[in-house]
Amino acid sequence: MIWDWDYTFEILPVLAQAAIVTIEATAIGFVLALVLGLILAILRMSGPKVGWCVSVFIEFIRSTPLLIQIFFLYFVFPSFGVTLDAFVAGVIALGLHYGCYCAEVYRAGLEGVHRGQWEACTALNLSSLNTFKNIILPQAIPPIVPVLGNYLVALFKETPLLSAIAVMEMMQTAKILGSETFRYTEPITLVGIAFLIMSLVSAALIRLVERRLNLRSAK
Amino acid sequence: MTEVTAIKTSAAQSAAEQPMVRFENVCKRYGNLVVLDDLNLEIARGEKVAIIGPSGSGKTTVLRMLMTLERIDGGVIWVDGEPMTHMMRSGQMVPAAQKHLRRVRSKIGMVFQHFNLFPHMTALQNCIEAPITVLKMSRKEAEARATELLDMVGLADKKGHYPAQLSGGQQQRVAIARALAMRPKVMLFDEVTSALDPELVGEVLHVIRQLGAEHDLTMLMVTHQMGFAKEFADRVCFFYQGKIAEQGVPQELFGAPKNERTKQFLRAVLESV
Repeated sequence: MIWDWDYTFEILPVLAQAAIVTIEATAIGFVLALVLGLILAILRMSGPKVGWCVSVFIEFIRSTPLLIQIFFLYFVFPSFGVTLDAFVAGVIALGLHYGCYCAEVYRAGLEGVHRGQWEACTALNLSSLNTFKNIILPQAIPPIVPVLGNYLVALFKETPLLSAIAVMEMMQTAKILGSETFRYTEPITLVGIAFLIMSLVSAALIRLVERRLNLRSAK
Repeated sequence: MTEVTAIKTSAAQSAAEQPMVRFENVCKRYGNLVVLDDLNLEIARGEKVAIIGPSGSGKTTVLRMLMTLERIDGGVIWVDGEPMTHMMRSGQMVPAAQKHLRRVRSKIGMVFQHFNLFPHMTALQNCIEAPITVLKMSRKEAEARATELLDMVGLADKKGHYPAQLSGGQQQRVAIARALAMRPKVMLFDEVTSALDPELVGEVLHVIRQLGAEHDLTMLMVTHQMGFAKEFADRVCFFYQGKIAEQGVPQELFGAPKNERTKQFLRAVLESV
């Protein structure tokens, strides 16, 4: 028989442990991407010189493969005296890479806020921080939630790349389990199913958030 | 007398003697297009001035410059006896720093053609946001004041409504209450009825009329409502090609205009009614 149920139940707890690492890498990486993306978007809109530098940086990151960025942080940075733990390097690379994509999404959201809203803030003498935090962002975010959600799922599906630097996430664990027993069918299939289930759950959650935001803005 | 000496002299005069708003040789250009050409205009305290004129004559730009939504390319704008667009530093007039600009700008409130209410906030939240964050009022005090103002504009029962749940006229009245919540000395109205259905115009004009009667506010309004300008304003300025082509008391300007372009404009407006 191709499928061994006893072996499946034996490796499930190990893969479940690895799934936690995958979820942690996704969650931390995405929060990093959201924060970095917002900072980059603001800097990009702040002035021509800074904006140009940020644009170049974003293009550079988006135009180079994530795997190279992961390798660079993990294998090249130590040459400059910066040694990072594999998990930390992987998460930073994910956050950096997707932060650049998120920056473009934020920019679209911010530019979508009507100019009159900025003018009303000036007329009311609101500070730049209050304008941004209380008026502009709450209007810019709801329309971009679906796109940000897509990037969350995309980032989640990129976490197997962290296996390249031996982060013990699901893919790396499956590979090790396979190499130990020479049975790859069960671990790799289980990892695939786990990714499918978690992606579907994430997509459903994003739709829920989107619906709630739409309901609030429709009031 | 040099320009600097003249400015110093004017700054030395007491604020009370000064006009509330003064445009001194103000210029505004967009590239090669001159929108305002050497504008000189004084508005006294408590005066109500209506600005009329054809499209592109620069009338809205006057309000936008005064609200610092547009930079000026020349001249100085004075508010309440002190320069707003400039400030004195080491005896020299220099372009105003952000802090100075914000301080002087706090004396001005503006109501926009398209209301510009914050759509994610209720009418009450729209009216308390700036008093709390800018004037540092307590929430309780800000809410009490906002409720009072919403009551004044006839919308006390709508304070929990979002802008999308209000008619255009109601939104504009909330916008007026929001501007008043900042206790301005000068109120700017930029074509506040232009985006409204005809049957909603009256309710907004009624609120402005009430404001004029009950408050000692200096008001500048860009309007296409000639009837209202005639009845409400102390003075009407007719703008044409970036200049004041003619100005005077409403009866004079509407009854016996002297400038040929004013006559043409008023004839065209009256024919379209």
